[in-house]
Amino acid sequence: MTIEIRLDLERPGFHLTVDTEVPGRGVTALFGRSGCGKTTLLRCVAGLERSALGRLVINGETWQDRLRFVPSHQRSVGYVFQEGQLFSHLSVQGNLLYGYRRIPVPERSVQPEDVVRLLGLESLLPRRVTEISGGQRQRVAMGRALLTSPRVLLMDEPLAALDAMSKAEILPYLERLHDELSIPVLYVSHAIDEVIRMADHMLLMEDGAVRAEGALHDLITRGDLPLAHAEGAAAVIEARVSGHDDRHHLTELEFQGARLLVSRDHLLQSARVRVRIMARDVAINLTRPRDSSVLNCVPARVVDVSDDPHPGHVLVRLAVGDATLLSRITRRSLEQGPRCMRW
Amino acid sequence: MLHQWISPQDMAALWLTLKLAAVTTVVLLILGTPLALWLARTQSRFKLAVESIVALPLVLPPTVIGFYILILLGSQGPIQALGGPSLAFTFTGLVIGSVVYSLPFVVQPLQNAFAGIGTGALEAAACLRAGPWDRFFTVVIPLSRRGFLTAITLGFAHTVGEFGVVLMIGGNIPSETQVVSIAIYDHVEAVDYASAHVLSGLLLALSFLMLFTLYAINGRIKMVLP
Repeated sequence: MTIEIRLDLERPGFHLTVDTEVPGRGVTALFGRSGCGKTTLLRCVAGLERSALGRLVINGETWQDRLRFVPSHQRSVGYVFQEGQLFSHLSVQGNLLYGYRRIPVPERSVQPEDVVRLLGLESLLPRRVTEISGGQRQRVAMGRALLTSPRVLLMDEPLAALDAMSKAEILPYLERLHDELSIPVLYVSHAIDEVIRMADHMLLMEDGAVRAEGALHDLITRGDLPLAHAEGAAAVIEARVSGHDDRHHLTELEFQGARLLVSRDHLLQSARVRVRIMARDVAINLTRPRDSSVLNCVPARVVDVSDDPHPGHVLVRLAVGDATLLSRITRRSLEQGPRCMRW
Repeated sequence: MLHQWISPQDMAALWLTLKLAAVTTVVLLILGTPLALWLARTQSRFKLAVESIVALPLVLPPTVIGFYILILLGSQGPIQALGGPSLAFTFTGLVIGSVVYSLPFVVQPLQNAFAGIGTGALEAAACLRAGPWDRFFTVVIPLSRRGFLTAITLGFAHTVGEFGVVLMIGGNIPSETQVVSIAIYDHVEAVDYASAHVLSGLLLALSFLMLFTLYAINGRIKMVLP
């Protein structure tokens, strides 16, 4: 179950070279600045870039190699465009079923009722696509792509053209797709917040090439990559809901044998959650603090210390079991800490 | 009742004109659609030359077009030299002349409509398993129906109104190549103003009606589909 991408594309002033294999399940984020080639890479996977040379194998099915180039309409791909690209001459329902009708019946593994329910589209079906909101349009675009029962779902910054309200409206649906569908997703984004919420795996792209790739929680905490040094640097941990403290309106999470208290949430016991912990929110104590307002106190081991862009700061990587946390502290704090800090 | 006003010969000219316009429009749609599609999509260096050639009938005197087509179709012309029949002074000849004469009126609205669709909708359709023909019929045509309506109306109306080209290649054979505009010319020459009035009035009303319908429908599409 892998997606094998070995592609080369020459354009005046731009060269895309990708030679990688990403997992054939879960969400893989293609992350990087505008112009780094992430959208072009996605278009190559969809067969929309005819001049791309190389090899493309999606979970065992070859879409491109030296001898053949399967055209877009014969690739089992679902593409969600940045601007939606809904057909203005069709209703919402007409758009949703456009691809579905073109799939042979035995290959229809995704059913319209399920997509309509999953994306909350019931009331929109008879509407014209020109009279629904931007967020609704993107939901229709996702549903339309899903209904082709694709082997891979390609999403090109589906939230980029939306305002903050529409984004907040659509993110829960995206997370549901992530949790409920087994279709692998390649998700292009330059917004780390979205990536952290959605992705399991990540390709970090720079100037038309893959700078680094790996599991999301590894890449965003690696000291040699820019993400850990960005303003919003954070670590991501997978935790489990272990209980609720109703008196204090808190929810108790457990990860790697440690306990975290967060604001009360309507999560079920044992539900798996993804927690983002900002580097600037983590302080380091050498002794167990007493008489502190800080609730969460987790034993950790210092892995390494690296320079941060601001000369007054350093970034400390901490290990909690198999999980990694980041802590941004001042250089002064680092120098005042005794050498025994490295347990 | 109509026979009181229109002679059988004028009636024949009227039918011939409508038949010529209809056949010409159909031929132009068949030839003009792929040409307009190519012009709207291509980045070929021949694009400008082809666009200019398509637009030539807009600026050339119809007699010039008619003259060249006469040379092409007539006896000792290249078509006859290749073993073909002489098409001058025949209905087929008129259709060929009209197709050339009305070409820009069909190709240009279609080209604008196709260019307005952009590649995004077509790429979306391709990623939804629609092959090239499927995309053309289910995306290109519905999204450019205003362009088609304009092309059909202008192509038809402009052919109804042609004079110079027909005169050059068709002459003035009643029931065979005599169209309304030429019949009117004959009546005026013969100082038969009454007949000229009837035919001219009919042509005026017909043209107005076609354009009015076009603008009404296009306006409605615009209102329904902002």
